[in-house]
Amino acid sequence: MSHSLVTMSYIVATILFIFSLSGLSNQETARKGNYYGMLGMAIAIIATALSASVTSYTILIVALLIGGAIGARAALKVEMTQMPELVAIMHSLVGMAAVLVGYANFMDSSLSLSGVEKTIHEVEIYIGILIGAVTFSGSVIAFCKLSERISGKPMLIPGRHWFNLGLLIASIVLGWMFLQETETGGGSIPLWIMTGIALVFGIHMVMAIGGADMPVVVSMLNSYSGWAAAATGFMLSNDLLIVTGALVGSSGAILSYIMCRAMNRNFISVIAGGFGTSGGEAAVVEGEVTPINADETAQLLLDAKNIMIIPGYGMAVAQAQHTVNEITKLLRDKGKKVGFGIHPVAGRMPGHMNVLLAEAKVPYDIVYEMDEINEDWGHVDVSIVIGANDIVNPSALDDPNSPIAGMPVLECWKGETTIVLKRSMASGYAGVGNPLFVLENTRMLFGDANATMQAVLKALKG
Amino acid sequence: MKIGIPKEIHPGEKRVATTPEAAEQIIKLGFSVQVESGAGLGANISDEAYKEVGVEIVDNAKTLWSTADIVMKVRAPEQHPELAIDEIELLSEGGRLISFIWPAQNEALMQKLAAKNATVLAMDSVPRMSRAQKLDALSSMANIAGYRAVIEAAQHFGRFFTGQITAAGKIPPAKVLVIGAGVAGLAAIGTAKSMGAIVRAFDTRPEVKEQIESMDAEFLMLDFKEEGSGTGGYAKTMSKEFIEAEMALFARQAMEVDIIITTALIPGKPAPELITQGMVESMRPGSIIVDLAAEQGGNCALTEKNQVVVKHGVTIIGYTNLPSRLANQSSQLYATNLRHLLTELCPEKNGTINVNMDDEVLRGTTVIKEGKITWPPPPPKLSAAPAPQTEAPACSAAQEQQKKSIVPDSIKQFIPLVIAGAALFGIGSVAPASFMAHFTVFVLACFIGYQVIWNVTASLHTPLMSVTNAISGIIVIGALVQVSSPIQNISILAGLAILIASINIAGGFLVTRRMLEMFRK
Repeated sequence: MSHSLVTMSYIVATILFIFSLSGLSNQETARKGNYYGMLGMAIAIIATALSASVTSYTILIVALLIGGAIGARAALKVEMTQMPELVAIMHSLVGMAAVLVGYANFMDSSLSLSGVEKTIHEVEIYIGILIGAVTFSGSVIAFCKLSERISGKPMLIPGRHWFNLGLLIASIVLGWMFLQETETGGGSIPLWIMTGIALVFGIHMVMAIGGADMPVVVSMLNSYSGWAAAATGFMLSNDLLIVTGALVGSSGAILSYIMCRAMNRNFISVIAGGFGTSGGEAAVVEGEVTPINADETAQLLLDAKNIMIIPGYGMAVAQAQHTVNEITKLLRDKGKKVGFGIHPVAGRMPGHMNVLLAEAKVPYDIVYEMDEINEDWGHVDVSIVIGANDIVNPSALDDPNSPIAGMPVLECWKGETTIVLKRSMASGYAGVGNPLFVLENTRMLFGDANATMQAVLKALKG
Repeated sequence: MKIGIPKEIHPGEKRVATTPEAAEQIIKLGFSVQVESGAGLGANISDEAYKEVGVEIVDNAKTLWSTADIVMKVRAPEQHPELAIDEIELLSEGGRLISFIWPAQNEALMQKLAAKNATVLAMDSVPRMSRAQKLDALSSMANIAGYRAVIEAAQHFGRFFTGQITAAGKIPPAKVLVIGAGVAGLAAIGTAKSMGAIVRAFDTRPEVKEQIESMDAEFLMLDFKEEGSGTGGYAKTMSKEFIEAEMALFARQAMEVDIIITTALIPGKPAPELITQGMVESMRPGSIIVDLAAEQGGNCALTEKNQVVVKHGVTIIGYTNLPSRLANQSSQLYATNLRHLLTELCPEKNGTINVNMDDEVLRGTTVIKEGKITWPPPPPKLSAAPAPQTEAPACSAAQEQQKKSIVPDSIKQFIPLVIAGAALFGIGSVAPASFMAHFTVFVLACFIGYQVIWNVTASLHTPLMSVTNAISGIIVIGALVQVSSPIQNISILAGLAILIASINIAGGFLVTRRMLEMFRK
């Protein structure tokens, strides 16, 4: 394939990627958007494979096939509740690939550049590897946190901001050394050390971020993986990589920003980590909870007209979404108005709850965003909180010392009655006590969310 | 044990301390019950009705008092008009008495009862706790008083309560102001509301706002911050400034409303004067004031105890026996309160009582134990009022944080712009043309990404992220162009990169597809 033809294919691929992203911002066009993305990727890979720079196909084809098979298998096997982990680990792969491509490019001596161009090329390699390594280690830690292989609590080492600053300065100094040494054909040692530093930085960054901020972290890492691709594009003078990387990078950044806004948190403070370490002591929750059983819950539901369901991570853990959907159907058949209130950061990933409800075939026109319903709680007779905690915590609004102070929450306590399904009285992912549980109009339904929902369903069927 | 119920002797008192229904239950607890003949007549309960459930009717009050182990009454003991002897004298030595006592106001009575070595439980001293609610006679009587207050007002009021538009003209609804939203106040609100009036209410305790609004009445806000809750859910005396603001509010309301029902009481103190003579004068002729605090001096300056008076064209009702004016209902409730108290006193249902002073409810209710005055009880442990919430710390903390920053906000906003500008200038001054071409593409692509993503619906965040994840697998291109390198190490690294990037591509797109398949309307 001629050079112009390859470039033309790249342009087509780029346009398809843009279509893909814009298609994904709307329910109706989302599926089409995904196909555009696939098509774009196929065109890009085929055009590159047929271009003049590729001559040997054995490794290429074998690697593509193996990788594709592994990816497809993972995609089809994964449980919907494990989506956050899957996405996180895939980000790490992009980071890893960026590092590998960077090293390969560094070892490639066939390019003959000189002067400023050479310097810029070296800087591009350096930055590409740096971003790739941070993305890699950060995503691995995010994966471990999400799959609860390590604790979700923020790990805060003393003087962590100085530590980060030290790492940054070290990277800059090493970068300068790297440039000096490449003049004479060396430079691999500073590059190795920098890679190590970048890995440590990625680990430390994500370790310091608390569980409740995890959705932001996942989308931020998504952004990083884009920047890593863009940096690789600069390194290889490949416009397709630059454009696509920039698209992914900026979209990830915007997504993180949207989510931070939803949580009323400063983006910088999320990235800097250390959730809820400032401020005074949060008020301790005191009082007695009022338990309720499944039969009474069913009775309350039958007496209600307007029901709102607030799912949280607990619903995902217990796989209760199908039972919830059946209850919803039953109640709707009985003429009740049933809705779902979704907090922007419910679950462990942006849009996590929507995916689960969609999996259970809950119609998406009864699934509401927080802003759509937060005014209307006065009309709600019964709200059911399924395995959610921090997103329905009144202290976010009225306790200035609470670690989640200022975060908008679903104000379900303004409704007639709130039923909270919970395994035990443990606190939420943010480690904050919840005064909702001891409110007078709150009833606690203890037990595994799915089992209790099943019992409620049985009682409803009567 | 034998329980005796004498006929009430207070003038105008129609209530009786037990009803046949309650007596039946009391007998089931193992007690025997005797009632003075004619005791229930005021409440429309005949002696026969008592006899039917196994109550013994005693003709003579003296016999009844002397044979009973426990005497249950409504009113505190007083001089017997027919026998010309104080009821305390009738009470046997070491006897037990359950009735309203008002120990704070009746010290002489307390001394006399103590001298008799009596054990006395005062129904007005039941502690205000959730557990004691079923024996809280004050609440059940206040409920009746609130209802009856509206009925009395309606009787003297020359108009409908509800608004109507009839062929004979339009009738405006009556406007009712209820001051003090305790049990009586809330009952009055509910009654007036159900009769169709426009109801407003005021209370010094902010936590009752919700209760008032739940009755569909309007809560009159005072633009003044002071917590009016005392211990035990009662009100306390307010500061001078507060009272001035409060009086100004009442003065405005007096000119507007047709009926004022006052229920303001502070425990152990004379009732606060809330409606002055001037306010009464400013009311429209034909207006009504019902003063439920008449017993304690009245909330209105012109109230006369136990009288209905018309002053300046305003009817002022100062009845203190409102519960007695609904004798059957109040006897039923009071009798049930007493029955619950006996259940607490006799947990084993064996017909004997045990005044257990370790029980918080019984401790509070008992004012004299075997001749020893045990009133007042230690203060209750629980208060119904929630802890005060102030938002002030939040503001000051935020301000402090702002102060810490040395650089003013206006400059702060420019810093990133200045840095970005300088960086761009720096790159532009040294970078070669080929780099600038790439850089142009890069910056424009960033903006496209921003525009495309900005309006994404929240429900699609996860599919969007997984598709961008798949697309970032485009890094495979970088590996593809290097895989054919003659240097073996490079092609191995590139091959590895292809492998993992293609996991990403296949996985990302397929999982997105799987997710999107699930979204349906």
